Amino acid sequence: MTVVDPESTATPPPEPPRGVAAWRESLRASPATPVYAALVGVFLLAWLIVALRGGSFLTLDNVVNMLQRSVALGIVSAGQTLVILAGSLDLSVAQMISLASLLGAGQMDGQEANVVPAIALVLAVGAGVGLVNGLVITKLRVNAFIATLGMALILKGIIDNRWDGPYGSVPDSVESFGYTRFGILPMSVFLLLAVVAAVWFLLRYTRFGHHIYAVGGDEEVSRLSGLRTHRTIIGAHIICSLLAALTGLFLASRLGAGTPTVGPEGGYDLESIAAVVLGGTALMGGRGGVLGTLAGVFILAVLDSTFNELQVNAFLKDVVRGVIIIAAVAVYARRKGAE
Amino acid sequence: MTTEQATPGGFESSVESRGRRALHALLSTGTIFLLLFVLLAWIAVLNPSFLEPGPFLAYLKRAAPLVILAAGGYFVIVSGGFDLSVGSLVTVIVVAAARLIEGEPSRAWPVIALLLAIGATVGLVNGLVSTLLRVPSFITTLGMLLILEGAVFLWTGGAPTGALSENFRAIGRQGIEGIPLIEQLPWSVLVLFAIGIGAVLLMRADYGRQLIATGDNDRAARMSGVRVNQVRTIAFVLSGTLAAVAGILVGGFAGVSAQAGLGLEFDAITAIVLGGVVLGGGRGSVVGAMAGALTLEALFTLLNLQGISGALEDTVQGVIIIAAVAFASYRLRGTR
Repeated sequence: MTVVDPESTATPPPEPPRGVAAWRESLRASPATPVYAALVGVFLLAWLIVALRGGSFLTLDNVVNMLQRSVALGIVSAGQTLVILAGSLDLSVAQMISLASLLGAGQMDGQEANVVPAIALVLAVGAGVGLVNGLVITKLRVNAFIATLGMALILKGIIDNRWDGPYGSVPDSVESFGYTRFGILPMSVFLLLAVVAAVWFLLRYTRFGHHIYAVGGDEEVSRLSGLRTHRTIIGAHIICSLLAALTGLFLASRLGAGTPTVGPEGGYDLESIAAVVLGGTALMGGRGGVLGTLAGVFILAVLDSTFNELQVNAFLKDVVRGVIIIAAVAVYARRKGAE
Repeated sequence: MTTEQATPGGFESSVESRGRRALHALLSTGTIFLLLFVLLAWIAVLNPSFLEPGPFLAYLKRAAPLVILAAGGYFVIVSGGFDLSVGSLVTVIVVAAARLIEGEPSRAWPVIALLLAIGATVGLVNGLVSTLLRVPSFITTLGMLLILEGAVFLWTGGAPTGALSENFRAIGRQGIEGIPLIEQLPWSVLVLFAIGIGAVLLMRADYGRQLIATGDNDRAARMSGVRVNQVRTIAFVLSGTLAAVAGILVGGFAGVSAQAGLGLEFDAITAIVLGGVVLGGGRGSVVGAMAGALTLEALFTLLNLQGISGALEDTVQGVIIIAAVAFASYRLRGTR
């Protein structure tokens, strides 16, 4: 250290190992790491169980099928991650999905020319619903649970009043989106990955994303530090409802028409919250990320696929799923407590 | 209560402060009683016979399960938690009752004891998982919701089987006959009043104060010697047990169905918040929560009377709930 070598000061030797150490450190600190470990564990366990029963789990078809089934839940959950990180919650996504599928398929009405206006309309309605959610929560100070539950009731009433069965139809080009493959993967999987990548980028590299963590961590402190907390919460809700609307459009393209019950029957409201929490994001906000959510969605998909493969009773499925959600969160809580 | 006798002259002052406290409590929960009064008056205008003893008791009878659920849910919410499992617990109670009784009147009472034990056990598990394993109660009870719904239909093979006996159903649908003026005093209204009085007394006892302290600031409560985990677990046990009571009434009133408790957890939470209880804990009274449930039921009755088509009813309900809570939080902001 006493020898001053101009070369060594220009490029300090411990730089490369420090880089690796930092990378390892960040991997260890990332809340998503245990979730991916759990995903690998669940995947291997499922593989083993199905193989022992004489089934085949690790076939290309099965894996692609699992990915494809994750698309709808994955897109909603990415939006749900944003609002939960901001310390809020959205219980209206399931009804929003139904409304989007009905509006989208209704406006398209089987005509190619209507596709772009229909998508624009649905996304605009989605953004509008998110805006109202955000305004009610911030300006009227209604608890997010009640505000979005009320919004779910409002949307449900509108849907039930106007539609009582499948409605509209999507043109072939849209319907084929749900089935076209790009290489071995379906197009829809790329849609999911694009959404997750966009949300990840937003959270990691934009000011808005950092504000979400700050507001979710402590709204009062953020406000006193000069953050416009209301705008952040409203923005998160707009994106969340937009992504729910996108999910509705995707489901309409899969089913060929809009359906009033597609959202609630998929249980997307509570299921998306479960996926977010399973992905290691704190329900109180401020901690977590969208990559963990993606792993949470995949864990649910692997479970689903395994149950189907083993032909497990649908009711036992619910029981096991409930136990796993509680157990996973208990493990996270333990880890956090140990630190 | 003991200090009143201990200090001379303390009796009057405590009476005065108690009176002031009661007045304060009435003012802070006043919004909900005003809303309830307006709704009941509106119903009475549309249907003048509503305020006669018979129809009014019928309304109370219809409201009893929701009011009881709201009382139970209040304990959990005021301690800072959530109980999303009560709706599916009601379904479990109704379906399990039918499966176990199979129309045999002699089995009714043992089965009722068993059902209450099931409710208490579910609450105990919710409480222990939320406190000892530190799982947020939203997730614990969401998982419990899935477990309960799966388990009961796994047991009965997918659809409700068996039947309820007449004496079991009597609790939810019949009453003491031959009373002058009101003709019939429904059992469920008696149960409702007993639980209401019990809940108020409990909230005035040490336990109630500890519960509110826990919900307001659990660290401060713990440092002042409150056994926070124990207090919270008991709240979940109370919620589970009262959900079982509500389930027994629902089974008697509406009969056996796989959808018996569908959505009741959200109705109960809405009612509690409508009654001025703050999600997150520490604020609000059990009387307000129960009044919130009565208001919600009055709202359903009114929407029915108004002939708002079944579907739009949800929309109107959603708007009114948001508006009422917004108004309540506006008032709260004024007092802080």
